[in-house]
Amino acid sequence: MSLHTIVLVKQVPDTSNISGDVMRPDGTVNRARLPAIFNPEDQEALELALRLKDKHGGKVTALTMGPPNAANMLRECLYMGADRAILVSDRRFAAADTLATSYALHKAVHRIGDYDLIFGGRQAIDGDTAQVGPQTAEKLGIPQITYTLEVQNLDLKKKTVRAKRAIKNGYEILEAPLPVLLTVTKDAAEPRPFDVRRLCTYKRAQSRFEIEATVDDSHDLVWMDELMEKIKADDLLIETWNIEDIDADVQWCGLAGSPTKVHKVENVILSGAEFKKVPATSDGLNDMITDLMQDHIFG
Amino acid sequence: MNSKLKDMVWVFAEQTDGVMADVSLELLHKARMLAGKMNSEVSAVLLGDKVEGLSKTLFAHGADNVYLLDDVELKDFRSMPYANLITNLVEEKRPRVVLFGATHIGRDIAPRVASHTRSGLTADCTELKIETLTIRKVEHEDLLLQIRPAFGGNIIATIISPDVEIQMATIREGVMEMGEPDASRKGTIIPVKVELDSVEVAVKIIEKHQEASSVNLKGAPIIVAGGYGADTPEKFQLIKDLAKVLGAEVAGSRAAVDAGLINSERQVGQTGTTVRPKLYIAIGISGAIQHRAGMQESQKIIAINSDAEAPIFQVAHYGIHGDLTDVIPKLIAAYKSQLH
Repeated sequence: MSLHTIVLVKQVPDTSNISGDVMRPDGTVNRARLPAIFNPEDQEALELALRLKDKHGGKVTALTMGPPNAANMLRECLYMGADRAILVSDRRFAAADTLATSYALHKAVHRIGDYDLIFGGRQAIDGDTAQVGPQTAEKLGIPQITYTLEVQNLDLKKKTVRAKRAIKNGYEILEAPLPVLLTVTKDAAEPRPFDVRRLCTYKRAQSRFEIEATVDDSHDLVWMDELMEKIKADDLLIETWNIEDIDADVQWCGLAGSPTKVHKVENVILSGAEFKKVPATSDGLNDMITDLMQDHIFG
Repeated sequence: MNSKLKDMVWVFAEQTDGVMADVSLELLHKARMLAGKMNSEVSAVLLGDKVEGLSKTLFAHGADNVYLLDDVELKDFRSMPYANLITNLVEEKRPRVVLFGATHIGRDIAPRVASHTRSGLTADCTELKIETLTIRKVEHEDLLLQIRPAFGGNIIATIISPDVEIQMATIREGVMEMGEPDASRKGTIIPVKVELDSVEVAVKIIEKHQEASSVNLKGAPIIVAGGYGADTPEKFQLIKDLAKVLGAEVAGSRAAVDAGLINSERQVGQTGTTVRPKLYIAIGISGAIQHRAGMQESQKIIAINSDAEAPIFQVAHYGIHGDLTDVIPKLIAAYKSQLH
């Protein structure tokens, strides 16, 4: 049996580097001002999948749902060692919450076909929900191992995997039948650097959007199809799937398929405690401690 | 069950080895307030092996009913059996609100239950409210307002699920108050039949290691916490020195944990522990909302920071603008001099 692992990846705005001009005066976020990065835990998930491939052979498929520019992250997956990259992208997926996202991802997994393992990061840094992994597993009807710290043993004959997962104040080791979905916590596996030879090859990999952008009106559709075929034959196509390609029902996609809606967004209001400025001198600090002792905070 | 009241607000009662998680009791207290606005009872959903005895605790903390799923297969938590049994019960009874602790367990199963029942689910809420809202001229009764920091904690978002019947949320431990238990409160135990097939129990637990936490941040009256401004072991040692003199627990922001200066079980904030001590001393912590979410309910807050504009000063009661290597020794000396 040849191992096939699918890795769910997401391109996210780098929320750890928010500077002043990213926040609009009304408290909303100007996403365009944030650099887009490979969600860190998803990159660790890819690394875990590649390590299993190094050991057992087989294939790794990187799958994302996102805007056209998520092709940048998929190229990074190819540089690291993924064999295949798939971009699920369609305007009708826009504003999807975790339920609509997992619906689209599970339909894309169905189109991919046979798989043994699915990996994903525990959560994405733009939402921190940790919901898409378990919701995708539920829709596929397979078990899950969340908060995975390490994969200890993969037995392709018995079709089982053993993994260590974090629990409160400790860990447990689970054995699950394949196929199973695992979500990976940070520090599970330091992602490998890009392979230079792969980088030289796959920097030319293109999604359908990118190929279309290079084609002008003077070319006809047949020419376009031939170009796509050629790029695919060269193994440089980032497959690009829309709603019809994954046979998704539009009512479960995007905003329509998302039960949760943002009702209101507010700037963070600080509680405005009764504030005393204390000089950084012995006298100032002495006065503060006297205050606190009178309030019975100390002692 | 009181036939006049609906059974619309549920709390997942999380137990491990027969010990109830604090967060479930905190949620029962909150659920009572939500249920009051909805004219509903509060039900707890309890899964485990020989756990009926925990029902009393759940009644004392606010449950009117306990759905009891008791079976040897449920002794230790596993995703599929737990999620599927709760899903079946939710589908059958169709409550309006289902709350889970945002724990390793709650965050594992809530998405599966929400996925199957196509419910709205919001992770890591810091506040919940029930309101009736009119949206595009349609009145939506008993909407659960799910309030959480979003986008790296730079904004506070209110999420609603107006078009679905079942509204679910996870809430972090320590964010809601637990409330005083009332041992005289009585309730009804509703046994639920447990049926699981071989696929649902196919995942096996090979080993399990769990230690009682040696750190009790939640119970500490004084906490001294360091952040990015204490970015060397030498500077962080000053924070530990101050804590020792004050008899306080040491804690850190996410930056301090990421820098390896302190263990993650001592992290205060949205992704760590939420604390409400008598005194919280934040040193070299700028005060991003993720951190403030975990400490701003402290009775008194002292902030020491070299950046006079740091947002932490806006939630502090005492603000000291200065370098921690200068301020901490002076503070220790001042405290010692007043003690004698």
